[in-house]
Amino acid sequence: MELYELGLHDLQDIINREEVTVQEIIESTFKRIRAVDDKVKAFITLDEENALKKATDLSHKDSRKGTIAGLPFALKDVFCTRGLRTTCASRMLENYVPIYDATAVSRLNAEQGILIGKTNMDEFAMGSSTELSAFFPTRNPWDLGRVPGGSSGGCAAAVAAGEVPVALGSDTGGSIRQPASFCGVVGFKPSYSRVSRWGVVAYTSSMDQAGVIARKVEDCALVMNIIAGHDPLDATSADVEVPDYTTFLTPEIRGMKIGYPTECFKQQVDAEVKNLILAALKKYEELGAIIEEVSLPQGEYALPAYYILGPAEASANLACYDGVRFGLRDYEADNVLDMYCNSRSAGFGDEVKRRIILGTHVLSSGYYENYYLKAMKVRRLIKNDFDQVFKNFDLIITPTTPTTAFKLGEELGDSLTLYGNDIFTVPANMAGLPAISIPCGFSDGLPVGMQIIGQAFDEGRVLKAAYAFEQNTTYHKQKPSLGGEQR
Amino acid sequence: MALTIKAVEDIALMARLKLKEEEKEDFARQLNLVLDYTNRLHELNTDNVEPLTHVLPVYNVFRDDVVCPSSPREEILSNGPLLEDGQYKVPKIM
Repeated sequence: MELYELGLHDLQDIINREEVTVQEIIESTFKRIRAVDDKVKAFITLDEENALKKATDLSHKDSRKGTIAGLPFALKDVFCTRGLRTTCASRMLENYVPIYDATAVSRLNAEQGILIGKTNMDEFAMGSSTELSAFFPTRNPWDLGRVPGGSSGGCAAAVAAGEVPVALGSDTGGSIRQPASFCGVVGFKPSYSRVSRWGVVAYTSSMDQAGVIARKVEDCALVMNIIAGHDPLDATSADVEVPDYTTFLTPEIRGMKIGYPTECFKQQVDAEVKNLILAALKKYEELGAIIEEVSLPQGEYALPAYYILGPAEASANLACYDGVRFGLRDYEADNVLDMYCNSRSAGFGDEVKRRIILGTHVLSSGYYENYYLKAMKVRRLIKNDFDQVFKNFDLIITPTTPTTAFKLGEELGDSLTLYGNDIFTVPANMAGLPAISIPCGFSDGLPVGMQIIGQAFDEGRVLKAAYAFEQNTTYHKQKPSLGGEQR
Repeated sequence: MALTIKAVEDIALMARLKLKEEEKEDFARQLNLVLDYTNRLHELNTDNVEPLTHVLPVYNVFRDDVVCPSSPREEILSNGPLLEDGQYKVPKIM
């Protein structure tokens, strides 16, 4: 087995047994990136010099004290990294070099993880295909003619292609889970407020959450142990005790009660996706779980509500890009209004502009009640649906996405078509719940993901159920061919 | 009620965006598609529903009013596109 095929846990074992050095791991990481990233295009920025220096510093056993000492990770380019440019895949921030690290990043650094680079995404995390990056599209390692999903598409593609074992992403309406599903890897969005968002560029503050993309559930647990927990720098981060997530990694799930919402299958879902989810439910039953139909009657309203609330908050969050303190600036304008307008119009791509305009509209006088307030009330109903189900169930299972990865360019025409990808993922964000996508099979050679949703702060049980399925199946062991455009 | 091109221009200006001629029509069309889609929310009766502003039961978060170290001024200014005498410079405002 090649080094690049190993997860964090496996790498840790062989470092401890002194079968491999940290330098060898980091060098092999960049070697793999050089071999495949021309095809996959997962990275915007690599941090090779620093990474190799850190590897040298960790060459001796006594210097390795952290829980992920010497292990490589990547970051979606939405996480601020001190001294390393952080673009959000936008022209607006093309040359922005943060003066501080995001808390999640400084925690990984404190445990001596080694940052490899910053991955591509849809601009400002708005999109579901990574085609809306201002720089270039990323490609799906399972079929280079298809999208990796988004907005954390660079993370998912990099992990699937063996460029890094793990990456941090962010998820506002499915941006970790949907690309994980499309790329056949594990994508974990913790409960709202579980992981600090200090230094994570904001999109929709009432839903944004940082999380993990990895090839194995155990690596999600390992990283969650580091990044979860209260942060005084993020007043919205929850002050709720963090358990050792690795203690949930036992395949014993006898008696666990899992509901699957019947409404899911009334939506337009690919027949093969549906079959694979039903087969996965059967597998859970064999493992001793109790499977029953449940109802989330208002679930179908989550997506239209999201496309009011998301843009509304984005229009406020993105007001800070004004050409004054950072970001792209129009130097020609002779008055401040033109300077603002020209800087912003040149810096933002079309989808970002559309969401800012939509958000401004739904918040404006005369429209607020009809759109924004209405959407917040519907959000309450959606959360109530979940509360009702969780009175009697431990977990809810749905497909992660209605289809497998689509072709590049296929859904670029209208924003609304693209939004349909998020139909199963958005509800967990609306209700602030932890949710994971794990591989549950293949349709026509493309990965299919299953979503497991848990109760707020019950990440452990979500990881446990995901781990049990993974340990009893082999989907996560299959590797993409990095071949192209055959379908 | 569909958004007109003029309305889209006006909203864009509120958000400090200027659209190119060729963008205006397509933006108006797409924004109307999304707004139409969101209208289905009115199928739900929400007369006695409290709006959900925050998914967790947290309220104001206070800290002690103690001075803590912050980033050095030069570092903060380092990303400013246009500076003069240690300050951000903008074109004339009035």
